Amino acid sequence: MTGLHELFTLAISFDALTDIAFWTSVGVLAGTYTIFALGLQINVGYTGVINFGQVGFAAMGAYTMAILVTEAGFNFWLSLPLAVLVTIGFGLLIGMPALRLRADYFAITTIAAAEAIRFTAQNARDLTGGNQGLLGFGDAWDSVSDTIEGWLEWLGWSNPETLFPLLIVVWLVALLAAGGLSVLQRTPWGRVLRAIREDEDAARALGKNVFVYKLQSLAIAATLGAISGFFIALNLNFINPDVFQPLVTFLGYAVLILGGLASYWGVAVGGIIFWTLLEGLRFIDLPLEDAQVAALRFILVGLALILLMAFRPQGIFGKREEMVLGD
Amino acid sequence: MEAGAEAIGRPAGALTRAQRLAGRYPARVAIALVVVIALTLVATEGLHDTAQTSLNGLSYGAIYALGAVGLTLVYGILKLVNFAHGDFLTFGAYMAFLVNVTWELPFVLGVVMAVVATAALGLLLERIMWRPMRGKGAGMLQLLLMSIGLALVLRNVIQYIWGSELRQLNVDVFSTVSLLGLRIGRTELIVVVIGVVVLLAVGLLLRFSLLGKQMRAVSDSIDLAETSGIDTGRVITYTWLLAGGLAGLAGALIGAITNVKPELGFELLLPIFAVVVLGGIGNAFGALSAGIVLGLVIEWSTLIIDARWKLAIGFVVLILALMIRPQGIFGKARAV
Repeated sequence: MTGLHELFTLAISFDALTDIAFWTSVGVLAGTYTIFALGLQINVGYTGVINFGQVGFAAMGAYTMAILVTEAGFNFWLSLPLAVLVTIGFGLLIGMPALRLRADYFAITTIAAAEAIRFTAQNARDLTGGNQGLLGFGDAWDSVSDTIEGWLEWLGWSNPETLFPLLIVVWLVALLAAGGLSVLQRTPWGRVLRAIREDEDAARALGKNVFVYKLQSLAIAATLGAISGFFIALNLNFINPDVFQPLVTFLGYAVLILGGLASYWGVAVGGIIFWTLLEGLRFIDLPLEDAQVAALRFILVGLALILLMAFRPQGIFGKREEMVLGD
Repeated sequence: MEAGAEAIGRPAGALTRAQRLAGRYPARVAIALVVVIALTLVATEGLHDTAQTSLNGLSYGAIYALGAVGLTLVYGILKLVNFAHGDFLTFGAYMAFLVNVTWELPFVLGVVMAVVATAALGLLLERIMWRPMRGKGAGMLQLLLMSIGLALVLRNVIQYIWGSELRQLNVDVFSTVSLLGLRIGRTELIVVVIGVVVLLAVGLLLRFSLLGKQMRAVSDSIDLAETSGIDTGRVITYTWLLAGGLAGLAGALIGAITNVKPELGFELLLPIFAVVVLGGIGNAFGALSAGIVLGLVIEWSTLIIDARWKLAIGFVVLILALMIRPQGIFGKARAV
């Protein structure tokens, strides 16, 4: 083992921890994944629907927006609500037959549906640009971003980070979504969702149409998925099928579990902790190749998922009694 | 009605299973459909092309089936949807690579190593992960996410050790044998022969051995099996050895006909799930036949549509099977 000696003398550089660029990019990722995982929270944490295809909604939203803007010449701001509607439509299309299935079958169906979208994006080259992907959809956003940068300069920040405006907007949306969902959860509608999670048959016996409530829960997850897809696209400035690997859904689950099931604000905390840790790992200066460092990061994510599920399945803020145990 | 009698009844033994196979039309319809498609293709695309793609279909089908038998057994017996099963295949492929390329030993030894090492891995994980979790009474979401975490760990440990570049096993992919005017790749022929022989052996083992019977009993109800004196711990051990071993074999075989890379197994996972669902979850015979059928259908599709769309068949079959017939083509309609 030649690497062993060097491993003990690894250098950790803390410079980057005070670097605003680092925190801006972590913040954008954390905000994006918070929106993404809020969709998982309403499905998994509050309705007891195990959605493994959230990344499919993000892909659907991002691709619809990008195609509408670059291929069909739509206005960017008009393309956003349209893309959300298309994604909800897709969610209902999958949900209507699949929500009648047992929970594990539903999980497999959703992961397959998300992969089917990615596969279509890879192969319907005329529309999606294939593996090259799409770019050039963000001009309208760029001018807004410039305006916000102007305000920041007016406030006295001489040379603001280019991603900082995105950071502000993504967290505005994330907090608005978390707040809105928290309010919604306290309505009679939200209580029915929890009743369904706890005991579907009891909810049905009370005359609630369980299927319709589940569909609505899925439609909200689709909406949040599509919105997170917009932010993924704006953050990268391009999209391609690789951006929407199934892995993204499971990073979302790591955020969800870390924050805790059945807590919307927990998702936001989970997002921040998860991305600070994951991106912070880059500062540990290991004598390894890039591919190995990338692999190491995901080994740790996998181990974290396993250990959390084994020893603290309710996460940091979740309540054990609100944990969907299934059977 | 026969179906009614079964629903009341005894665990699905060999006899009732055979009766069901013959007595219920979905299986017959499926087989008839495959034959009709084959004949249509012979008529429209010619015998030669059809035979060639059928051979490809058989080799992929055997691999899907080998992967699916283990997944379906674990699913049925332990009620565990193991999303890491695809990565068992990858692990097997890299074990074959280690022996065959790094140590420069014959491919056959690589296959043996893949089977033994992956079976050992399956058993090890059962002991350190799944058994303790069963003891805790873990719920479905916990188990699903643990298997996802395990998949991430396995795939990335492999990437850490061997890198993400494409690797090739040291097998002769160019030499061919001529058979009835067909040029058949020697490696492919070996894959088909090994795959089909092992599948038949496993099918016979599961149907006629005591172990196979016990597996079906545990799959129906672990408590009832325990009460009737079956050593369920032993059955579970053999289930993991079988599931791991077959996954390792499938990995080594797919490694011989394509490239070896860390995503290899994960990319096969959805077609394998399609086979599991199509065959009826927990039904090993279903998985055997559905694997071959899916392999054939995917390869035949290249005669009609652009080959780059062929993997879509896997998704379409999976989603349609789940939505239209979630109990599988051989399964009985129970609550799914």
